Amino acid sequence: MRAVPALLLAALVAPVVLGLWQTGRAAFGIMPALGRETPSLEPWRQLFALPGLGGSIRLSLVSGLGAAILSLLIALALVQALQGRLSAARAARWLAPFLAVPHAALAIGMAFLLAPSGWIARALAPLMDWTRPPGAASVNDPWGMALMLGLMVKEIPFLMLVILAALGQVPLARIMAMGRALGYGPGAVWLRLVLPAIWPMLRLPFWVVLVYSVSNVDMAIILGPANPPVLGVAVTRWFVSPDLAMILPASAGAILQAGLAGAVIAAAWGAERLAARLGPAWLARGGRGPAGAPGWMAGAVLRLAAMAGLVLMAAGLLAMAALAIWSLAFRWPFPLILPEAWSLNAWSMTAPGWRRALMTSVLLAGTTASLSLALAVAWLQAAPARMRAEWLILLPLLVPQIGFLHGLNVVFLRAGLQADLLAVGMGQMLFVFPYVLLSLSGPWRAVDPRLMRTAAALGAGPWRRLVAVRLPVLLRPLLTAWAIGIAVSVAQYLPTLYLGAGRVATLTTEAVTLASGSDRRVSGVYASLQALVPLLAYACAFVIPAWWHRDRRALAGAFR
Amino acid sequence: MSLILEHVTITRPDGAKLIRGLTLNVAPGSVTTVMGPSGIGKSTLLDAIAGSLAPGFALSGRITLNGRDLTALPPERRRIGLMFQDALLFPHLSLAGNLAFGLDPRIRGRAARAQAVDEALAEAGLAGLGLRDPATLSGGQRARAALMRTLLAAPEALLLDEPFGKLDMSLRDEIQRFVFDHAAARGVPVLLVSHDPQDAAAAGGPVVALA
Ligand SMILES: Nc1ncnc2c1ncn2[C@@H]1O[C@H](COP(=O)(O)OP(=O)(O)OP(=O)(O)O)[C@@H](O)[C@H]1O
Ligand SMILES: [Mg+2]
Repeated sequence: MRAVPALLLAALVAPVVLGLWQTGRAAFGIMPALGRETPSLEPWRQLFALPGLGGSIRLSLVSGLGAAILSLLIALALVQALQGRLSAARAARWLAPFLAVPHAALAIGMAFLLAPSGWIARALAPLMDWTRPPGAASVNDPWGMALMLGLMVKEIPFLMLVILAALGQVPLARIMAMGRALGYGPGAVWLRLVLPAIWPMLRLPFWVVLVYSVSNVDMAIILGPANPPVLGVAVTRWFVSPDLAMILPASAGAILQAGLAGAVIAAAWGAERLAARLGPAWLARGGRGPAGAPGWMAGAVLRLAAMAGLVLMAAGLLAMAALAIWSLAFRWPFPLILPEAWSLNAWSMTAPGWRRALMTSVLLAGTTASLSLALAVAWLQAAPARMRAEWLILLPLLVPQIGFLHGLNVVFLRAGLQADLLAVGMGQMLFVFPYVLLSLSGPWRAVDPRLMRTAAALGAGPWRRLVAVRLPVLLRPLLTAWAIGIAVSVAQYLPTLYLGAGRVATLTTEAVTLASGSDRRVSGVYASLQALVPLLAYACAFVIPAWWHRDRRALAGAFR
Repeated sequence: MSLILEHVTITRPDGAKLIRGLTLNVAPGSVTTVMGPSGIGKSTLLDAIAGSLAPGFALSGRITLNGRDLTALPPERRRIGLMFQDALLFPHLSLAGNLAFGLDPRIRGRAARAQAVDEALAEAGLAGLGLRDPATLSGGQRARAALMRTLLAAPEALLLDEPFGKLDMSLRDEIQRFVFDHAAARGVPVLLVSHDPQDAAAAGGPVVALA
């Protein structure tokens, strides 16, 4: 039992390291399967000769950094604006749909919203006298703006939850009261006192967001520019190119992507060190802003950001609605706001396809989420206190997927593991388990230790303490962690693509493929299903504990 | 037969000694009160006796209960009841469920167990409240329920960590009497930790001052 955390850590870290190592070897010309045995710099020369590489790198950096930094700013502003009105528990309920909906489904919905023939243009049409969709490239725009918006809609809610959880760990009310009594405005107190206090808890989640933003593939395929695309998409194209020799420069590109993520993290770390170095002097100056208007600048920026955040959240909800409506539309000519004729045709005609994809997705999600939950319980049972190495479980989230997944596929094949459902499931575990463990560990450790001691004093051994006290008390967080696991699994694109060698079709791989097709109704069907599965899991996580504990005031939080 | 501590010393993870060579003999049916300033290690001492010292803490010396050496036993096998300032009723169980959780497993059969729980509820003035959510009970009801739950496990000693700290004055006397009378009736040794001289006076037994 004691060894569980160490074993699980090894099982998470080893595939990342092995995959990176394998990709790295290919990047330097060693690929025995292709008969390449001698190290060379040729793949790098090829990579840098590829057209558009510079543009891809620049796009990844600009859209990724932009989305991550703006998301952090907006999440902070929204939490600050809603402070006092929004408990962590209520926020979790409101933000759940945004966390549940997979990146690809949201991206497809955002495309339905932003496209020249999308909802926004339809709403503007009467004002602008448009009878045909305007010619602007409002999706797949060469600057990656649509991609940034899509990323932000997913990242802001995640960061808000992280911030709210961190705020629960500091005496927020007292810090606010003290700061304001000293003459600082609320925004100024946030910047000077609250943010430094919670940043240690935000650092790693922010890095995860940074890495995802500069390296994501599925959202960028749907919303990002096509020529040149962001680096992740370009590398994916090279990896799946029919010319097998492209694997070598693609591997170099994958390593470049990992390096890019590393550089971005290093920059974030540097900025943090700089702030820590300069901060104390700035704080000691005691500036309270111009007399009479303490912190009005900070206040104005925060208000603007909070407003932008609300607009983005509304756009996200509309995007989700657009998915469902398109899937049910029969005829929906521009510039009508709603379809002229409705039908279930899109659903019934694609039924054989989506049924199979749905089964595969549900099977994968159910298995990986349930297994992750069991392993997380085993981990926390064996290591009740935080371990120093615990941050390592985030490694699969801190290294861009593209950097190690192709290599991992090679490792799997060499170990005799076919590219099939099992391999995909194992690959997904690398991403599902960390989220499940992270989500469960806080509530698990917050259980009053005296409650467990009381149970022991009443004669309950370790097993009974777990099954009869801890698990029932934690029913809600257990189911929430499981729902998060479902959402993470359903959303996986690259692990399914690479470890299934393109042969395992899930709702997500199908939705991404269909998104570039011409029939919005069909991609509406797949994207709706893709969003529906995790939403149902989240609904279970709210309803089941509320019903189970309906007569237990201390545990029945959700609907009160 | 009693709870006996011999040369008990507790070392904190940082090496500081919290309790040095404490020797105590708590006679059956009597209450010994441990007093001392905050942070001196009173709660830690109770943890040591109950077997739930936090990792990193070290215990030396000997603790015996009715002649059994406790030192190597896990907490669930020590037969020592605990009460804290908070009643710590299990939030997912009904009041009756809480008492049944504690009830000695040697009492078998659904009917026999239900009857034992009902009797305990009546004894605590909680008759008819068995199906209630513990979160809806008053402070006094909760404290009495917690004691009954502890007693149903048939403990051979009771450890009380400031159990009256959160009760207001009128309730305090009532619960004190309730606890001490029940402990005396069962003839178990009681170790009480408190800041309040009035608790010690009400307990009526020896007082140990830690310093
Ligand atoms: N897990 C721990 N690690 C390190 N030190 C601890 C730990 N738990 C408690 N301590 C320290 O051990 C000392 C004794 O704590 P304890 O809770 O036993 O005090 P106490 O006498 O019960 O105080 P109070 O009257 O305030 O309840 C304190 O200084 C406390 O800070
Ligand atoms: Mg104490």
